Amino acid sequence: MKQLSRRQIAWRAAQDIRDGAYVNLGIGLPTLVSDFIPKGREVVLHSENGILGMGPAPEKGEEDPDLINAGKGLTTLLPGGAFFHHNDAFLMIRGGHLDLALLGAYEVSEEGDLANWTVEDPNTPPGVGGAMDLAVGAREIRVILEHNTKEGAPRIRKRCHYPLTAAGVVKRIYTNLAVIDVTRDGLITREMVPGLDFAGLQERTEARLTLANDWRVLEAPAA
Amino acid sequence: MIDKRVKDVAAAVAGIKDGATLLFAGFGAVGEPVELIQALIDSGVRNLTVACNNSGTGEVGLAKLIKERRVRKIICSFPRTSDSHCFEEAYAEGAIELELVPQGTLSERMRAAGAGIGGFYTRTSAGTKLARGKETRVIDGKEYVLESPLKADAALIKALKADRWGNLVYRKSARNFNPVMAMAADLVIAQVKELVPLGSLDPETIVTPSIFVDRIVEVGR
Repeated sequence: MKQLSRRQIAWRAAQDIRDGAYVNLGIGLPTLVSDFIPKGREVVLHSENGILGMGPAPEKGEEDPDLINAGKGLTTLLPGGAFFHHNDAFLMIRGGHLDLALLGAYEVSEEGDLANWTVEDPNTPPGVGGAMDLAVGAREIRVILEHNTKEGAPRIRKRCHYPLTAAGVVKRIYTNLAVIDVTRDGLITREMVPGLDFAGLQERTEARLTLANDWRVLEAPAA
Repeated sequence: MIDKRVKDVAAAVAGIKDGATLLFAGFGAVGEPVELIQALIDSGVRNLTVACNNSGTGEVGLAKLIKERRVRKIICSFPRTSDSHCFEEAYAEGAIELELVPQGTLSERMRAAGAGIGGFYTRTSAGTKLARGKETRVIDGKEYVLESPLKADAALIKALKADRWGNLVYRKSARNFNPVMAMAADLVIAQVKELVPLGSLDPETIVTPSIFVDRIVEVGR
């Protein structure tokens, strides 16, 4: 089986972002997507702390401590970019102005429920950030996650075990093994990595999957 | 003559009392009014309720205020952030209460306070643990949660430049919560890198108009 690396999952998710889209990338794995926007497509990245037109990480010597992304890492502004204050940043999110949010997740359910804000560990304080705003506000939600936990437990479940961020919002799931759509008819597998058969994918997934008739092999360039 | 300039940070935070509810601007350490918070620490004030997006970075500003156990309660969206060990220690000890609020709701609650709005319905957090106990309403077939305004006794903010009236401009992503917090408190105190003559800020680019600001102190950074 030829699993995708984290960067390759990000590459795959980037291929689906259309030219002209306004997109928010969640912190963690989704942030990597910005490295793989296909050439020739103009995509405007939104950051919750008041940036549209966010660029790549700064070159050495170009760092500006007042210019950070949602993960608090240093970033840059592309020509055409703009700064605005927090209320406008979240008005864009909550008011349905973003075309797409690509978010990380602990779990996704077969109904498209998203759990990505707390694992309810009593020893660590929970943090929600902008996750609940994005989950209900962006016009489309796609998630990027490892198909299974380090212990091998499925993350795509019948019902989320962790507390929900929002119910019924996820439309597409990218993992190291597959691309899966959340539809009214359940979870439809669109792509699978080479060397994995559908039974093997189902075994690694708690929710019931269907294989699309026109399913394709999921391969990504070295990244 | 209107002159909101004060001579130093101690004068800037004068009058903030024990038990006050305060807004601290910033997203992580960017845009955080560290010098004003230090003046607050020096003033000895305690038992504070602080609304801030995060919970302090390193051991300066809000982190130091928490380390010194002056904060009774924090209202924030994302307390676990880069180098938030001062908060995490206080939290583990049970020395600080946490009210976790989704980031957009936090911002909108302050805007509502500033705009004289008595509350608002939002889809954010509907059906989740964070909506428990809150009034809900179905609007156009979707569930919304009623949220209340968040008004504070004082807001501590940071800007790049100010004139003596208190018009403010910011720098890049350091703008973040500063403008909305400036609308939501009875006393708004701004630390700025540079004071400039009245009339020298381009009126088309002023982000926080002077009406929202009460005190200005120049700190040189």
